[in-house]
Amino acid sequence: MANTFAFVESLSGALRRVGLEAVTAARRLADATGGGEVHALVMGAPGILATAEVIGAHGADVVEVVEHAGLALYSPEVVAATAAARIGDGSYRAAFFSASAQGKDLAPRVAAKLGASLGADVTAFEASGDAIVVRHPVNTGKVIATLSITGTPVLLSLRPGAVTAERAPRTARVATIAPAIDPAAARVVPKELLAGNTAKLDLGEAPVIVSGGRGLRAPENFKLVEDLAAAFGNAAVGATRAVTDDGWRPHTDQIGQTGRLVSPDLYIACGISGAIQHLAGMRTSKTIVAINKDREAPIFKIADYGVVGDVLQILPVLTEAVRKAKQSH
Amino acid sequence: MKIAVCIKRAADMETRFKIAADGKSIDETGVKFDIADFDGFAVEAALQLKEKDGTGEVTVISLGKDTVQETLRKALSMGADKAVHLKTDAVPADALVIARVLAAELGGGGYDLMLFGRMAIDAANQSVGPMAAELLGVPCVSAASQLGIAGGRGTARRELEGAAEVLEFPLPAVVTIDEGIARPRLPSLKGIMAAKKKPLEVKPVQVGESRVTVMKMELPPERTGGRIIGEGPDAVPELVRLLQTEAKVL
Repeated sequence: MANTFAFVESLSGALRRVGLEAVTAARRLADATGGGEVHALVMGAPGILATAEVIGAHGADVVEVVEHAGLALYSPEVVAATAAARIGDGSYRAAFFSASAQGKDLAPRVAAKLGASLGADVTAFEASGDAIVVRHPVNTGKVIATLSITGTPVLLSLRPGAVTAERAPRTARVATIAPAIDPAAARVVPKELLAGNTAKLDLGEAPVIVSGGRGLRAPENFKLVEDLAAAFGNAAVGATRAVTDDGWRPHTDQIGQTGRLVSPDLYIACGISGAIQHLAGMRTSKTIVAINKDREAPIFKIADYGVVGDVLQILPVLTEAVRKAKQSH
Repeated sequence: MKIAVCIKRAADMETRFKIAADGKSIDETGVKFDIADFDGFAVEAALQLKEKDGTGEVTVISLGKDTVQETLRKALSMGADKAVHLKTDAVPADALVIARVLAAELGGGGYDLMLFGRMAIDAANQSVGPMAAELLGVPCVSAASQLGIAGGRGTARRELEGAAEVLEFPLPAVVTIDEGIARPRLPSLKGIMAAKKKPLEVKPVQVGESRVTVMKMELPPERTGGRIIGEGPDAVPELVRLLQTEAKVL
């Protein structure tokens, strides 16, 4: 019986949520196709072995761990060579990666090494005869493609949040293995991780995003957006391209066609008119709130709840109300 | 420095997309096409590296129907030196098949640097660049938002979720370009005139069998929003009530 593979992404010694999503996805596909084992691979600096238990608890039968001092930072060549060596043994029908910044770098490298088919950034998957059928948003999410992918194995990178990581306890067999190439021999050398604010919730993982645009009028007024995000406690701060172009916010905060594509449970657009490029990045949010002076702004056409008015006056009141609501829980 | 930039012709993303009658493709009637967003950044990055270097050559390469020549001409009018049209009537949905065609062209070119956009804005696979690098056996950095080249080595910054990393690598190499390096310049009138005289080589290519098949294309459900609940700070209590009771997100 064919097995299923999951590459479990980590950063700075900690598993990322998307890593456990990949394990859950592999477990689901294995169970749907009549069993077979889920084999997981996790790589990192010494200490990463401690994550094997939680990987097993999410449904892996085998957890292979590569611990190496040269893997404190993601080393693309070492990780790709090791993953390809593992998947290339012919026992896998499918292999899951994350469609994260790291996974989107890794999965195509592994696919090319193996001559394998890759379904990238998939939001849904199922086995269908010899093929794996996936859904993949194209044209900035304005069109959804359904693709049939054949070959053995089929590699899939899974869009963050496409499945929810679930516990499916197994007593996993844990083995430590060596990297396929010595990290010291890699040509592409990771020099430095610029951590930014690691305490800050990532836009891709935050259930709530509070986002600001030109309507805030000055960079210092972004404090109002940050205050509202802080009141939620589980919110990240985003921005429009106009704002990141002007240097009010870092480029990495940009949500839109050429920035991040997000779909949180709640998206609050503050002083954002709703240019089509911005809508491309956030239109799949589950609930959208818009606060804007201009009643005719396109953002109101897609917002579930609109408030017309000056964002500088409304935000402090909203922040206080959210804080009270959170306290009364 | 010899630089190649692989570019794709893509629909303007402001398009209100319609599905074609076959249910498996986009209806291209009336749709505007241009250099795909990130590929435009890659062309700009190449031109800036050449200008900084003071010497070198930028070649733009595109796979597709005859219509991609318009896209290649635009890159030439921005300042690229020559263009290669890898001619095929059908670009497959399989990124690895595309990467094989591009790698075959790049491999013989003697390029020091091979640039791609971080992803094709339409297909959104973000795969072809790293795949081509693997097939060529050269180092690759994907999604670089900053790129410096000196003494046969490159330094790139790549954005992660909530963080960034700095990587170093030897040339020749593949780098895929994220936003952040530079806005693509607009072609000047002089550039447009000059582009007409620049070489554009057409090479028919055979693409391999695709193991990725489009079964269906569909539009996502329309958002049925558009509900304005009030004006000014007075609307906040109602907003909070709806977020608690109706949307259940607070």
